Amino acid sequence: MNEISPDLSRLERLEGIGCARKRREDPRFIQGRGTYVDDIHLPGMLFGVMVRSPYAHARIKSIDTSRAKAMPGVQAVLTAEDLKPLKLHWMPTLAGDVQAVLADGKVVFQNQEVAFVVADDRYVAADAAELVEVEYEELPAVVDPFKAMQPGAPVIREDLAGKDVGAHGARRHHNHIFNWQIGDRDRTDRAFDAAPVTVKQEMLYPRVHPCPLETCGCVASYDAVRGDLTVWITSQAPHVVRTVVGLLSSIPESKIRIVSPDIGGGFGNKVGVYPGYVTAIVASIVLGRPVKWIESRNENLTTTAFARDYWMTGELAADTDGRIKALRVNVIADHGAFDACADPTKWPAGMFHVCTGSYDIPNAHVSVDGVYTNKFPGGVSYRCSFRVTEAVYLIERMIDVLAQKLGIDKAEIRLRNFIPEEKFPYHSALGLDYDSGNYAPALRKVLKAVDYDGLRAEQAAKRADPNCPTLMGIGITTFTEIVGAGPSKSCDILGIGMFDSCEIRVHPDGSAIARMGTISQGQGHQTTYAQIIATEAGIPASLINVEEGDTSTAPYGLGTYGSRSTPVAGAAVARASHKIREKARKIAAHLLEVSPDDMEFDLDQFRVKGDPSRAKSMKEIAWAAYNNVPEGMEMGLEAVDYYDPPNFTFPFGSYLAVVDIQKDTGEIKVRRFYALDDCGTRINPMIIEGQIHGGLTEGFAVAFGQELPYDEQGNVLGGTLMDYFLPTSMETPHWETDFTVTPSPHHPIGAKGVAESPHVGSIPCFSNAVVDAFAHLGVTHTGMPHNAYRTWQQLRDLNIAG
Amino acid sequence: MAKKTAVSFRLNQTPVDVLVEPRELLIHTLREKLATTGPHIGCETSHCGACTVDLDGISVKACTVLTVQCEDLDVLTIEGFAKGGQLHALQEGFMQEHGLQCGFCTPGMITRAYRLLQEIPDPTEEDIRYWMSGNLCRCTGYQNIVKAIQYAAAKLRGEAVATSHPLMEEVTV
Repeated sequence: MNEISPDLSRLERLEGIGCARKRREDPRFIQGRGTYVDDIHLPGMLFGVMVRSPYAHARIKSIDTSRAKAMPGVQAVLTAEDLKPLKLHWMPTLAGDVQAVLADGKVVFQNQEVAFVVADDRYVAADAAELVEVEYEELPAVVDPFKAMQPGAPVIREDLAGKDVGAHGARRHHNHIFNWQIGDRDRTDRAFDAAPVTVKQEMLYPRVHPCPLETCGCVASYDAVRGDLTVWITSQAPHVVRTVVGLLSSIPESKIRIVSPDIGGGFGNKVGVYPGYVTAIVASIVLGRPVKWIESRNENLTTTAFARDYWMTGELAADTDGRIKALRVNVIADHGAFDACADPTKWPAGMFHVCTGSYDIPNAHVSVDGVYTNKFPGGVSYRCSFRVTEAVYLIERMIDVLAQKLGIDKAEIRLRNFIPEEKFPYHSALGLDYDSGNYAPALRKVLKAVDYDGLRAEQAAKRADPNCPTLMGIGITTFTEIVGAGPSKSCDILGIGMFDSCEIRVHPDGSAIARMGTISQGQGHQTTYAQIIATEAGIPASLINVEEGDTSTAPYGLGTYGSRSTPVAGAAVARASHKIREKARKIAAHLLEVSPDDMEFDLDQFRVKGDPSRAKSMKEIAWAAYNNVPEGMEMGLEAVDYYDPPNFTFPFGSYLAVVDIQKDTGEIKVRRFYALDDCGTRINPMIIEGQIHGGLTEGFAVAFGQELPYDEQGNVLGGTLMDYFLPTSMETPHWETDFTVTPSPHHPIGAKGVAESPHVGSIPCFSNAVVDAFAHLGVTHTGMPHNAYRTWQQLRDLNIAG
Repeated sequence: MAKKTAVSFRLNQTPVDVLVEPRELLIHTLREKLATTGPHIGCETSHCGACTVDLDGISVKACTVLTVQCEDLDVLTIEGFAKGGQLHALQEGFMQEHGLQCGFCTPGMITRAYRLLQEIPDPTEEDIRYWMSGNLCRCTGYQNIVKAIQYAAAKLRGEAVATSHPLMEEVTV
C-alpha cells in the first residue's frame, strides 16, 4: 500500500464532490424502514375511494348515494353537489385551465372522478363505492385529436362555451386549447424554398405514463381545534401544493403543512394536484378525522398525468452535403379533457423549442396546437424536462431521415452539423442560449469505443446474405437536453418564479443541517447535497443531515422534476455553502488575529497564507461562531440562499445502439447500448451511473412497449400492468456507460443535471436503430412502440417475414 | 359483512394472532394490523413484486394471498433480515452496489433474492435475472441489483467481497 498523502485522507473524510459516496438513504430502505405515504397510520384514520365513470363522455342524469351512505362503517359520500357550496367542485390546473374535482353534470373521460366514498377501512370503502348508483346518458366520444378539431366534433368542454380566448391566446374551435408558435416563419419558409434538398416525416410520440412503482396518494389531517391542515402527499413539489391548497381552501399557508415523505419514484407523475388530494382534504375538514386516499395501479395509469401524445410533422431543408439550412415543425398536442400539463406558464409546449438539438440550424419555426379529447388529462414530463423528450425525438429522427435521403452516414451527417465548440455560448434559431457543449469529441469517443466501422461492415455483410436470420440496425443519437427550469424571467408556475432554495445551519460541534425546497424520489439528494456542502464549506458529508419535503421546516422551493434539483437547488446549496465559508473566514481571521484577506480556504480549514501551520478547522470555527465572533458580527453560523438561475443548463450525450431483429418473428434484441453522457461537473459517479441505468431502462420501455391506446368509444386499453409494459430483469439490456466533462459556465459548481438525459436520448436511439435495420429497404420511419407484433407486420409488408 | 376469523402464524419468528375477514389480503394484515410496512403495494395484480414475502420457504406476493391461508405458517418479511444490529449480506450488497434508488421495490427484491440464494447459492447472472423477473424496479435498470445479489452470494459463501464503486474512483488530488 502506498503512503496516503494527508490531503487525500482529508478529502476521503470530507466525501465531497466527485466521491462515490454510499447513499445516506439506503439504511432505512434496505431494512423496510422507509416512510412512504401509505405507511402512515394515524389514530382514527379513514379511507377514501373514488367512484369513477365507466364512460368517456356522458351526461350525469342522477347520482344516488343513499345505499352507500346507509352501509355500516361509511362516514361520507361526496359528490360535486357537496363541493359546490365550498366552490371546490372545480380546481385550477398548472396550465391555466380548470379541472373538475368531481364531475359536474357530465364526465369527459373514462375513469373520471364522480364521487368520493369515505369509510372506516379500505374494504368497506370499496364495497360502498359499488353501491353508489350513477345514471348516465352516453354522448359520442372523440379520442383522435384530428377528429376533435373537425367541424361538428362533439363539444367536450361545455364549461368553456363562448370562450374564444384561453390561457395561451385565441381558440379557433370548441376543442382547441391554444396555438403556440416560435421562430421566424417567413425566413424558414424562404430557406425551404431555396434549399436543394428537403425531407418531411410524420411521427407520433404515443401516449405513455411515467408509472412510478408507488402510486399517488395522500393522508389529509385537519385539526379543527388548532385550525391546522397537514397533508402527507406523494408530491414532487410540496411547496407548490401548499400554495394551491391555500388558494383553493382559503386557509392561510401558515396553517397548512405539506409533507412529502419518502417517495417511491415520481418521473413526472407526481407534479400535479389531483382530485383525490382535494377530496381527501375536504373529507378530513368535514369529518374532523384523518383521511387517506391511495390510488390503485389502474387509477394511476388511467387518471393521473399521462405524458406525450404528440403528433409531430418535421421538415428539414439542407444542401446536397447534408448541411441543414432550416427546420419546420408542426405539432398537434393531445392534452385530454382538461389542460393539466405541467409547463412553465409562458410556454404551453414547454421547452419543445430545444428541437434544433445539437445542430447549428440557422432557421427554424415551430407551431404547436393543443387539443381537447375524451381522454384523461396530463401532458407531464416523463423523466424529462418539459416536452424535451418529444423535441429530441423529432430532431434525432429527422436527421436520420435526411441522412438516408442523401446517402450520408448517420454519424457523419451529425459531425457536419454540430454546433462547433467555438460558437458557445450559442444562441439558437428558436431563442435559447446553450451554455456549453463539445459534441464532436463525445461522438468520436463513442464511435471508437464500439468500433463503428466494424459494426457497419458487419451490417453490410448481413444485408448481402439472404440467409441471415436477422436484420441488424445501428442507432445513433447526439442529443442536447435543456434542464434546470428556470430563470424567473421566462419560467414560473402559477406566477411563482422557478427558483430553488437551501438553508444551512452549522451547529456548535461542527455538524450541520441543510434543508432544501426540492424532494428526492430516489435521486439520492441526502447523499449528494451533503457532498456539495462538504467541498464548498469544508464540513464532512457524514456530519451533514439533509432534510427536504416538509413545508413547515424547508425553505420554499419549486420541487424536483425536469432535472432541476442539481442545476437549481444544487446551485443554492453551493451558494449557501459559500456564505457559510465567508463568515467562517472572518471568524478564523479573528481567532488568529489576522486580516480575513490573509486567510485561505483549504479543504476543511482556513489557514494563514504563507504560514500553513497557523490554521483553524471548520470544527473550531463552528464552536467559535457560538462564543467568540468578531466585534459587530452576529453569532451563529447559518445561511439561506434562494437561487434564480441566470439560464438553463444544457447536458448532452452521444448514444449508440445495436439491435438484431428476427426476420421470422419480429422480436428485437438490443445487442449493445453505449451511452456517453456529459452532465458537466460530476458530484457522485456511482449515483450518476445508477441514474443513467434507470433512465435508459425507462427509455427502453417507451421505445419497445409502452403505450396507452384507446378504442373509438374512449375505453383506455392499457390500464394495468398486464397490458402496460414495465421491463423486467429478463428483457432489460446490459448498459455500457461513459462520460466527458464540459462544465456549465454559469453554474456555481459547473453541474448540469443528469437523470433525464438517458431517457430523452435513448428513445430516439432505439427508434433510429430499428429504422436503420430497414433503411436499405427504403423505410424512413416506424412508429413506437417497436413491439414484436408491430415489427413483424413491417417485415410481412416488406415480404421479409417467413 | 363477513364474520371475522382468528388466524395465528409466525411473523419473523414471532408468534402473532390476528382477527381478519376471510377476504382480507395478507399484505393489508401485515401493513395495517401488524405494523409491518416494509412490503409495499405497487399493483394489486401480482406483477410488480413490491409485496413479496417468504411464506414457509416459498416467495409469495402478499397482495394475492389471503391472511387465512397463513394459519400456522412462517412469514418472513424484510423486517426479519437484520439480526443483532448486523445487516444481512443482501442488505449490505444492495447498499454497496447501489442496487436501489427510491427504495420502494427494495424490500420485495431482497426478500425474493433471499429465496434465490437459499435455492441456488452460486447463481449465474442469467439465474439472477430469471429469478428476479417477478420483481419490477423502475429506477435502477436491474444491472446493479444483479451485482448486489452477486455480492451477497459471494459473501454468504465466505468469499472476500468489495464494492464496485470505490469512494475515490474519480477523485484526483
